[in-house]
Amino acid sequence: MGLFLILLILTIGAFGFFIGRLKAIKLRSASQKKITSLNHYYGYYIAIFAIVPSLLVFLAITAFQGYIVEVYVLSDFIDLNPNLLASDKNLLLAQIINTSEGIKLFDEISPLITDAVDKYIYIEELIDTLTYVIVLSVAGLLSLFAYVKIKSNLDSRKFVESFLLILFFTCSLVAIMTTVGIIFSLLYETLKFFSQVPITDFLFGLNWSPQRVFVRDSGDLDTRDLQNAFGALPLFAGTFLIAFIAMCVAIPVGLMTAIYLAEYASPNLRDWAKPIIEILAGIPTVVYGFFAALTVAPIVRDLGQNAGFTVSSESALAAGFVMGIMIIPFVSSLSDDVINSVPQSLREGSYAMGATKSETIRKVLLPAALPGIVGSFLLAVSRAIGETMIVVMAAGLAAKLTANPFDAATTITTQIVVILIGDQEFDSPKTQAAFALGLTLFIVTLLLNFIALQVVKKYTERYD
Amino acid sequence: MFDVSANLKKRLKSERRFQILCITAISFALIFVLILFLNIFSSGYSAFYKTTIAIEVDYSQVIEDTSQFATMSDDEINKLDLFRFSKKSIYSLFPDIEDRKEKKLLIRIFSIEYEDEIKQFLIKNKENINKIETVYLTASDDVDQVRKGNYPRDLPEERRRIKDIQLEYYDILENNGRVKYVFNIPFLTRGDSREPELAGVGGSIVGSFLTIITVLILSFPIGILAAVYLQEFARSNRFTDFIEININNLAAVPSIVFGLLGLGIILNVFGLPRSTPLVGGIVLSLMTLPTIIIATRASLRAVPPSIREGALAVGATKMQAVMHHVVPLAMPGALTGTIIGLAQALGETAPLLLIGMVAFVVDVPSSPLDASASLPVQVYLWAESAERGYVEKTSATIMLLLGFLILLNLAAVLIRRKFETKW
Repeated sequence: MGLFLILLILTIGAFGFFIGRLKAIKLRSASQKKITSLNHYYGYYIAIFAIVPSLLVFLAITAFQGYIVEVYVLSDFIDLNPNLLASDKNLLLAQIINTSEGIKLFDEISPLITDAVDKYIYIEELIDTLTYVIVLSVAGLLSLFAYVKIKSNLDSRKFVESFLLILFFTCSLVAIMTTVGIIFSLLYETLKFFSQVPITDFLFGLNWSPQRVFVRDSGDLDTRDLQNAFGALPLFAGTFLIAFIAMCVAIPVGLMTAIYLAEYASPNLRDWAKPIIEILAGIPTVVYGFFAALTVAPIVRDLGQNAGFTVSSESALAAGFVMGIMIIPFVSSLSDDVINSVPQSLREGSYAMGATKSETIRKVLLPAALPGIVGSFLLAVSRAIGETMIVVMAAGLAAKLTANPFDAATTITTQIVVILIGDQEFDSPKTQAAFALGLTLFIVTLLLNFIALQVVKKYTERYD
Repeated sequence: MFDVSANLKKRLKSERRFQILCITAISFALIFVLILFLNIFSSGYSAFYKTTIAIEVDYSQVIEDTSQFATMSDDEINKLDLFRFSKKSIYSLFPDIEDRKEKKLLIRIFSIEYEDEIKQFLIKNKENINKIETVYLTASDDVDQVRKGNYPRDLPEERRRIKDIQLEYYDILENNGRVKYVFNIPFLTRGDSREPELAGVGGSIVGSFLTIITVLILSFPIGILAAVYLQEFARSNRFTDFIEININNLAAVPSIVFGLLGLGIILNVFGLPRSTPLVGGIVLSLMTLPTIIIATRASLRAVPPSIREGALAVGATKMQAVMHHVVPLAMPGALTGTIIGLAQALGETAPLLLIGMVAFVVDVPSSPLDASASLPVQVYLWAESAERGYVEKTSATIMLLLGFLILLNLAAVLIRRKFETKW
């Protein structure tokens, strides 16, 4: 029904466009005076009046529809039991909607529900009809208003252009709204979490076992339980361990690859090797996760056991290794750019002193490019910390404070997924803990990126 | 005087060592790409085939005069109770078996929907059904894996799911030429299933498609208009700088944080339905917007000022100069950026896990408001399943996903080659 209404509005708009243009053409031929804008701007003038306000009204109605329906349908239930929980309300509403669609989940339906179903059908129909009437009359009346307003001295171009400018500006605000949305949703839940669990317990606690906290009503929770369940230090350690292993793979391989491509490779080799390595960045992370869990982890385990170690089948090493492979292209392409932007004169100066190519690279190029390279490492680290799928599929789930790469380790991102996957109960400290982890992740990656960009910026200024 | 040649040999040696190190690094990366692809392809291609076993079905036992089937509607046939009849038809493969336990094992050679398959055959051929027809039934996953060689036959019996006697039956059927290996069309058209041999990616392909279309509809116009505003109209002041910093930061925010945003705001505040491509599309749009804005701005920047000045000189307003002359010229770049953004969105998994697109969905979704999975999420779901049959399905799904990604990237490269102008 929504789609049909939108199509109707658009049709009115299109109709308004033709009418407006027609009126402008008539005005032009009738009056000897000049009219200010080109004909089609008058068309757009009406179309904007027809479409934009009515769409906004439609959106507003749809936004409040659910709330109105809920209040009206559940009024009887709320009279009976004034402090109904939000989750129970949702359950009741779902039952009513299902029954109205003819889906029977329960054999017996209480008379209250039957009443509510009738009410539901009534209010839905009422709102639907009202929406049509209101939205279409807004569209119609405003087009009429715009039609009447068209005169030879109306500057419709100016109106249309300022409308477009406002539209463009609104689009660019989406980025800010996203950031605000992220910060708001993370902070809101996190603050609720920290009102129950002290922040120091979260940041420095050694024991992470949120599955112990499954009591729904947080009033029943033992505060000791809460204190002991949400110590995120093992997660930070696990994240750090896996990211460290990843960087141990990605930094040498990525850097050496960048050096080879920038300094040694023929343009021909460079042309085909670079895209192939960049394929690694385009492969979805879930593919790496599958590969890590199914192929690399058993190999690591077998190798480790042959060497006499006890290796967990979900070792940090396997996840970190594969993550490192994933990050190679980030390190290599960023470092490649940085090495290429070192001025040619530095190389030539070094060659003129009789240095070999590798000596030039190690003693001249790398020190000169160091800030940029460090910046690229930091970006890669932030990538590794935020990576989710590989660790969800290949790293462990149990939080344990360990520095042994053969042990299972868990990460911040893994725990967010473990807590929030599937159906979650809201308003429990467990789900709020996931948001607190998300906020931590957000802040850390943001800081890393900020520092990295500052470092790179400082460096590029030096040679420009 | 300092003698250069004294340690020259050593220096040249270290030069060679350095070069070898570099080559090792780059070959390591290249070889890994190769291993990854080989690994996926070698374990995945067999999922596109399935094992079927022929049985004789005597349809005259259902209705004496088989020409009467032609008068029945599909619904009527679907309502027939053919369960015992189907079982009997399967038993007729080995009329000698009496033991009930052995009969059960024989049935288990076939996939669980044998009754339905016998019905579907009837519906398809109801116009001219013979008394006795040869119907190819899907084999169970265990048999399928044995046929494909993924299941070790030499394991002791108690350690494998398939019993010795079932293997014996299978070998006899194979020797009688009843086993046929056919292209697995249901794998591409059906939804998910708890039985690996019946599971398909059709549902998740459609789910991914709906999600990507949502992303395209939302992020393409918003991204381009935002880029046009920032590049062409925005005055350089603090607020504009703030927007720019925001966009650059969003590009670096881990994808899972967008999932938290989707869960906290889009699901819980706006109340949009869980598990749907609509919500997935909205979340992924927010993620791809920075990519599109950055790419579009770069290509707007590349349009030389002479174009703008030319338009302004003949009396166009600023808006006309930008919308009629600059934006069309920047379009190829913007499109390339959008396609690359879409490719990223197509492969993204983590945010979808949080907004519930991991539901087990049997039906193929028909609108963006139906619960559905998507290709990468399907990979995750099957990778977590224990059955052997899902391993090849997972790899095959990855093959499809990579195929779509390659197509998208190819499209981006082609657009760039064809329309890109060097000023």
